[in-house]
Parts: sequence; structure tokens; C-alpha cells
Amino acid sequence: MNPSLPFFVLATLSVFSALMVVLSRKPVHSVLYLIFCFFTIGGHYLLLNAQFLFAVHIIVYAGAIMVLFLFTLMFINMNKELEPHKSNLLKGAATIAAGCLLLVLVAATKGAETLPAISKTSDIGTVSNLGKALYGQYLLPFELISILLLTAMVGAVMLGKKDVE
Amino acid sequence: MFSLEKLVSIIQAWLQSTLRDPWAYVVVCVMVGVAAIALFAILGLMLVYMERKVAAHMQIRLGPNRVGPMGLFQTTADTLKLVMKEGLTPDGADKFLFNLAPFMVMIAAMLILAPIAFAKNFQIWDISIGVLYVAAVSSVAVIGILMAGWSSNNKYSLLGAMRSAAQIVSYELSAGLSILAIVILSGSLKISDIINSQADGWWIIKGHIPVIIAFIVFIIAVTAETNRAPFDLAEAESELTAGFHTEYSGMKFALFFLAEYINIFIGCAIGATIFLGGWMPFHIGNWEAFNHVMDFIPSSLWFIGKTVFLIFLIMWFRWTFPRLRVDQLLNLEWKYLLPISMVNLLVVTLMAIMGWHL
Amino acid sequence: MVLLSTPVDYLPIAMMFVVAIGFVLFVMFATHWMGPKHKSKVKLEAFECGIESKGNSRLPFSIKYFLIAILFVLFDVEVIFMYPWAVNFAEWSKHGLAAFGEMLVFLGLLVFGLIYIIRKGALKWE
Repeated sequence: MNPSLPFFVLATLSVFSALMVVLSRKPVHSVLYLIFCFFTIGGHYLLLNAQFLFAVHIIVYAGAIMVLFLFTLMFINMNKELEPHKSNLLKGAATIAAGCLLLVLVAATKGAETLPAISKTSDIGTVSNLGKALYGQYLLPFELISILLLTAMVGAVMLGKKDVE
Repeated sequence: MFSLEKLVSIIQAWLQSTLRDPWAYVVVCVMVGVAAIALFAILGLMLVYMERKVAAHMQIRLGPNRVGPMGLFQTTADTLKLVMKEGLTPDGADKFLFNLAPFMVMIAAMLILAPIAFAKNFQIWDISIGVLYVAAVSSVAVIGILMAGWSSNNKYSLLGAMRSAAQIVSYELSAGLSILAIVILSGSLKISDIINSQADGWWIIKGHIPVIIAFIVFIIAVTAETNRAPFDLAEAESELTAGFHTEYSGMKFALFFLAEYINIFIGCAIGATIFLGGWMPFHIGNWEAFNHVMDFIPSSLWFIGKTVFLIFLIMWFRWTFPRLRVDQLLNLEWKYLLPISMVNLLVVTLMAIMGWHL
Repeated sequence: MVLLSTPVDYLPIAMMFVVAIGFVLFVMFATHWMGPKHKSKVKLEAFECGIESKGNSRLPFSIKYFLIAILFVLFDVEVIFMYPWAVNFAEWSKHGLAAFGEMLVFLGLLVFGLIYIIRKGALKWE
């Protein structure tokens, strides 16, 4: 068996589901395909032996953030009759803007230097090794994360709370 | 006595001697798959029967007693009835999502089954991130519930799904923090390591009061995460008909029902594994003779006994506490359980530093 | 029945996935094949609570649910970050209280955030 077969199967599935996210007409279907896409990307992490990243990816992205997305979608309440009509001018402008973004992204990745590949057998991605790096070498960024989370909490409260005068 | 470990090694040795390498593997996979489905079916039948019997005896009734001896086949008959029903998909529903939601719920339940240790050396898959994997997969089950509620085109289903999702995600936090307490003490995420760390006493005994607090928080969280009474306001019959699965009928409904009971089993099995030692017999420090006597009881019985005890506890809750309101439910989590489990975690770490747990 | 020990081989996930899908597919087809198929317009209407349904069923809901989802994401990230720490804790705790202090700062800030949320009344249900 070709050793890179799992990679190709997973890669095909990720590209397919990512395309379906963009192409499906209903936003809730898009979210579903996005979840599937996250799972396949989690599979890629597993193939690279990055187990912690896999777990984080599933818990935070496929679990938590997608629940948030679904809540948002149900919140803004997409109904056919309420959907604003998009003029051709708007569509054209959107195409040009997205094309520019694509151009910038391609240009940015083209010139970028590539890092040497990490061997699949390395155990740098295991939970315990990651912890050693995170709480040793990268302690300050880690503590700063808590400040970031705190800021996000304040922001969420500000957004979600009704002003009582 | 019978030992599942021996049975497995005999089967594996026989397969390896008769079949060539990839085929032996395939046969093992098929056997595990069939065993998992059989376990699902048996669990569904037995837990529903147990629920009804426990409920009946708590209310001084007899419960099901007509079909089979002591009504044992009542749930089988119910399942047969459900199979013969028509699996409707309402006109207004989003057909694709409506039929996909049972898949998502069942896949999540099936995936969590993999790392659970049913007996000594009897585990489908001893993954190195063990409890983290369980947390990861169980967080996806919410999506299935939200999909079911939204696609049904039913106001009450949507409301039920919303409540259910908010409740599950909230209580997941304190469940995760209680599991972390044991991870700190045992120093590993792997299920087998966690069980082996309890060879000289279960964590609930070795860990003193902080672990008992973590255990209580965990049981409350499991009760809430499985949408059981007193936290069952996601399917509060008097206000929301039947919650997110109102529009489902026949076997599609049965799949949600089954997943609910499987999730109770899984939650209790995880609780039994990390707090009560899984298949580990009741050992006390260095009482050699006592420990040897305890070892005579097969490990599978220890695991099943502990899990069933926890399931019984959760069923007991249902007939003891009145249902909470949605604001009380969220207050309980965010104002009490979450701060308590955070502080408790710090106490557990202090205990680990001082070495009081040994 | 430990099937695998190599860290690269994650076949059981795929296997359980296939088993689950196969099981649900089998059940769905069984009920489709065995059950009756009488469809009528009234039968296929949404049941809701038994009374004829009115209006759009995708109704807007309280923003509190949304706020809870956001807060869940934040605290979930926090819980996740504690796993790598908890796994290594037994080893670190031999070298003194540094590991405990690291987590104390992290958790302390988040408990502060939680107190802020509660004091601000963001979770108060009106």
C-alpha cells in the first residue's frame, strides 16, 4: 500500500468539503461541510502525529466555534423572503475584491521560504512535549493569552448586555 | 473465572495462525464493529428497561411486567414496534439535515466508545490522548442536536435544541475541569495509565475531599449534558412537546433515544474509569491479603458494577429533584459549578505538590 | 484488545466511523423497508404541539444563548490550555512551586473575568 494514501484520501475530502462550504446555497449546510472539513484537517494533524493539535482543532473549532456559528446563523435568521436583493454591481465589486485578495495571497505564498519538513515519527506534537515547550520557552505568550481571553470576555459582555439606564 | 483478556488473546492467536496478516486484521475489525453494535443494542434495551423499573419501584409500582419474565422483553417489543413505524420526513423540514442529524449523534456516541476500557486489557483502542479525545468527540454531539432542532421546521424543536446546546456546552466546562483534576493527579491522559494509577486505591478515596468535590461536579455535569431530569428542560414535555426530536418518528426517533442512553452509559463509564478506578478492583494500600481476595472478582464485573451504580444514581436524581428553570440551570453552572471547579482544581494541584494524595 | 500501538496508525477512528454510519444506514433502510408508506398532506405537516402551526418556525431567540456560546468558546480554550500543563504537572511539582504559580496567574485572570461577567449581570435572565 502506498504510504501516502491516507494523506491523499484526506486531502481530497478536505478540498471537496471546503468547496462545498462555498458552493452550497444554504448557510446551515455550509456550516455542516465546514465541520466535516475541520474533521479531515484534524485527520491531517493525526497523520503528522500532532495529537494535541487534533484534539484542540476538534474541540475548539468543530465543537465550540461551530456552535457559535450555528447560533449566529439562527440568530440572524436567514429566510428566503428576508434576504436582501444583491444587485449586479455589488456582485461585480465582490468578485473584484475577492480576486484582489486571491492575488495578494498567491503573491505572499509564492515568495515565502519553506521550512524543512518535520519527520512524521517525531513526537514534538504529543501533549506532554507541547506542554514542556508552552510552559517553558513560551511562558510569557501563554500568560498573555489569558489577557487576550479576558479582553474577549469584556467585549462579549459589552456586546451581549442590554443597556439598563 | 472467565476472563475477557484470555478470550481475546485466544481469538487473536487463532486468527494469526489461520489467516495471513492483513486478513487477520480485517477480521478483528469486523468483530470489533459487530461487538460495538451489539453493545449498543444491548445497552439500549437494558437501560430503558432499567430506567422504567427503577422509576416504577421509586413510585411503589411494578413497572413493565407483561412481556416476558418480569417484563424483560418489554423494550424489545417496543423496539420492534418502532421498526414497523413509518419514518416520516415532514414537508417543511430541511430533508438533508433532518436525515443527517441522527448520523451525527450516533457517530459521536460510537467514536467515544473506542477508548473505554471494559475490562483488564479489553479496550478497542488505547489512544495516548485518552480523555482529551473523549472531550473532543463529545463536543461534536451538540452539532447533531442543533441540526435536528433547526431542520425540523418546528418552533418548539428549535427552542429545545437551543436550550439543549446552551446547557451541554456550559456543563462541558465543569466536566472538563473535573477530569483535569484527575489528569493532574495521575499525570497522564491515557485511559490505561489513569486506571493503573489507581492500583493502590481509587482516586475518590486517595484524593480526599477535593476529588470528591470534583466527582460530584462531574456527576452533575454528566446529568446535565445528557439532558436528564432535573436538567431536562430541553425536552420539558409541558412546554416544548418533546424538544429537538418532536418531528422524528419511527427508527429515526429511536436513534436519538438510543444515543441518549448510550451517552448516559458513556458518561458514567468515564466517571467510573477516572474516579472509581474502571476495572481496577477495590484495593487498599498494602493490605496484600485483602487485595488478593478482591482480585478474584473479574475486572469486567468491577467495571460494569461501577458504571451501573453511577447510572442508577443518575436515574435516582430524576425522581428526587424538581426540574430547574433555564435561568436557574445556567446560574448553577456559571455562578456555582464553574468557579467551584476552578478553585477545586487549584486545591488539587496544591495537594499534588504536597503529596497528600499518596 | 489493544489493536494498535504505533502512534501513526489511527485506523480505529475510521473503523468506528464506518461502523456508526453503517449501523444508522441499516436502521434507516430497515425502517423504510418495513414501515408503511402512506403519505398525505396533513400528515407531513409539522406536528409542533398538535395545533395547526402558524408563522415562520425559524424564530429569533434571546441573545443570552449567543452570549453563552461566546463565553463557552473562551473558557473552553482555557480548559484546553490546561491539559498540557496537567500532564506534565507531576514532574514539575518536584522542582518547586513554579508550575503552580504559572497556572495561578493564568487561572486567576480568568476567574477575575468570570467575576466581572457575573457582577456585570451579563448572565442575568430577564
